[in-house]
Amino acid sequence: MSAASQGMIQGDVQSRIDKWVARYPSDQPQSAVMAALRIVQEANGGQLTTALMDEVADYLGMTPIAVYEVATFYSMYEHQPVGRHKLCVCTNISCMLRGSDELLDYMKQKLDVEVGQVTADGKFSIKTVECLGACGGAPMMMLGKDYYENLDEKRVDEILDGLE
Amino acid sequence: MLPLNECCYRLNHLDTPWDIETYIENGGYQIWKQVLAGELSPQEIIDEIKTSNIRGRGGAGFPTGLKWSFMNRAAPGPKYILCNSDEGEPGTFKDRDILRYNPHQLVEGMMIAGYTIGATAGYNYIRGEFWEPYKRFHNAIEQAREAGLLGENILGSGYDFELHAHLGAGAYICGEETALIESLEGKKGQPRFKPPFPASYGAWGKPTTVNNTETLASIPVILAKGGEWFRDLGVENAGGTKCYAVSGHVEKPGNFEVRMGTPFKDLLEAAGGIWKGRELKAVIPGGASTAVLPGEKALAMNMDYDSIAKSGSFLGAGSVIIMDDHTDMVKACERLSWFYHEESCGQCTPCREGTGWMYRVIHRIRQGKGRPEDIELLRNVGGKIMGKVICGLGDAAATPVSSFLEHFEHEFRHYIDHGCSIFDRQ
Repeated sequence: MSAASQGMIQGDVQSRIDKWVARYPSDQPQSAVMAALRIVQEANGGQLTTALMDEVADYLGMTPIAVYEVATFYSMYEHQPVGRHKLCVCTNISCMLRGSDELLDYMKQKLDVEVGQVTADGKFSIKTVECLGACGGAPMMMLGKDYYENLDEKRVDEILDGLE
Repeated sequence: MLPLNECCYRLNHLDTPWDIETYIENGGYQIWKQVLAGELSPQEIIDEIKTSNIRGRGGAGFPTGLKWSFMNRAAPGPKYILCNSDEGEPGTFKDRDILRYNPHQLVEGMMIAGYTIGATAGYNYIRGEFWEPYKRFHNAIEQAREAGLLGENILGSGYDFELHAHLGAGAYICGEETALIESLEGKKGQPRFKPPFPASYGAWGKPTTVNNTETLASIPVILAKGGEWFRDLGVENAGGTKCYAVSGHVEKPGNFEVRMGTPFKDLLEAAGGIWKGRELKAVIPGGASTAVLPGEKALAMNMDYDSIAKSGSFLGAGSVIIMDDHTDMVKACERLSWFYHEESCGQCTPCREGTGWMYRVIHRIRQGKGRPEDIELLRNVGGKIMGKVICGLGDAAATPVSSFLEHFEHEFRHYIDHGCSIFDRQ
């Protein structure tokens, strides 16, 4: 690896990426790019940077543009700052039918923040997302790697007030 | 009493159905052992699957046995079995519960499918947001490997097979099988031209079969109980059980695995009926990309391919979205249009431009700025997308709009004429 890959991709981050690389045919390390981007994004506080994408490209033997394409195509990669807690609120049809628009308004008001922005203390950001495949528990949101279902204002209060 | 959970959800009532001990106690991995012992040949398996009359559960409904027979098992070099767990069609959440509650049945199904088509390895493409389901599936693979059911020279059979999970990162289009393959290869998930079909040119250019989660998880039970047993649970043109995900305005939303051909009204009743004592207005029977039906049509249909088609829609992935009589159909249509605009991969101009165009027109109607000619404009744009793009997303985007207009045009007209919904008294 070149000197450029001595940044984020080392130690634990590197061994996690290597485990993904090992899942694919030995001549296809590019298949691990989605996992690698997720792992470096997590290690960087939830956001990608050009330097990180370049590092991934270098590590997996890809051209930078091929990594940028992937990093901008999929919705879970972030290119702007996010809060320590990123609230991904589903507003698709099944959630909408059970009040996600009203719930989203409540969350915006409670946290005093707009969709796509971060609270002044850096603690929260809100993102609206497309169907997360948990419509039986609508309305729902994803927070970190966990789903929170059957939400109402009281439940949202409990969840958000309990976060550090 | 409606027979429930006879196949993919058969272990859901147990305490730890995701553990290998529970699965083995309930007959798990018996078929896999028979296969490895040479007691079931690939041809016998394909024949049994054809007898079962199972059709692909991802939405297209293609006969599974026929799909497997397209693979040239004897062809040299690597071949792959892929499972499509990129569950993202709005209203669909059935595969999530298979991954969470019966991951071993899916592992066994993927191994049997892999053996049948001569695959050297399998990958389960799980949508990136499904972390908990991913962990369950990944742990199931690890348990199967520790039990010697997976890896090299499995149980002394001389057969090698590897199985892995792959995680997506948020893109509806990756549920389309060639987009899924592109994504697995570490690229943007943009569908490929077909032909060549994946059976000849799939993952990393090798012969590949892609099946849905529910399809593959059904395989061990079909082979254990027999193709005829499965076939006879269903109707003439589609065998077996089907997992229906019921969401929206019902008292008890959730997954219900019932027999093909179950009356819609029985499924609705199982989901607790319409919430708040209201009336049924409309149903989207197969996920967001299938045509919406007025309630009375839905109440007369059965939950199988032919009956739903006769009613004017499609079974799709079995994602039943229920709307009560307080629903603003223009708002519902606007939300679906936004979804397709957001998720169009951008490759084909009619879809990339047309989905945004349809959304903007419906949005302006909702804003009270609609024009009388907008109804015709929407139909026109939809018609210019359908059949003119590489993959099914274009049709999927146009179908909701045309069906909402077909059955609820008066609600669009009301917005255009009065600047507000039929529920607003202005």
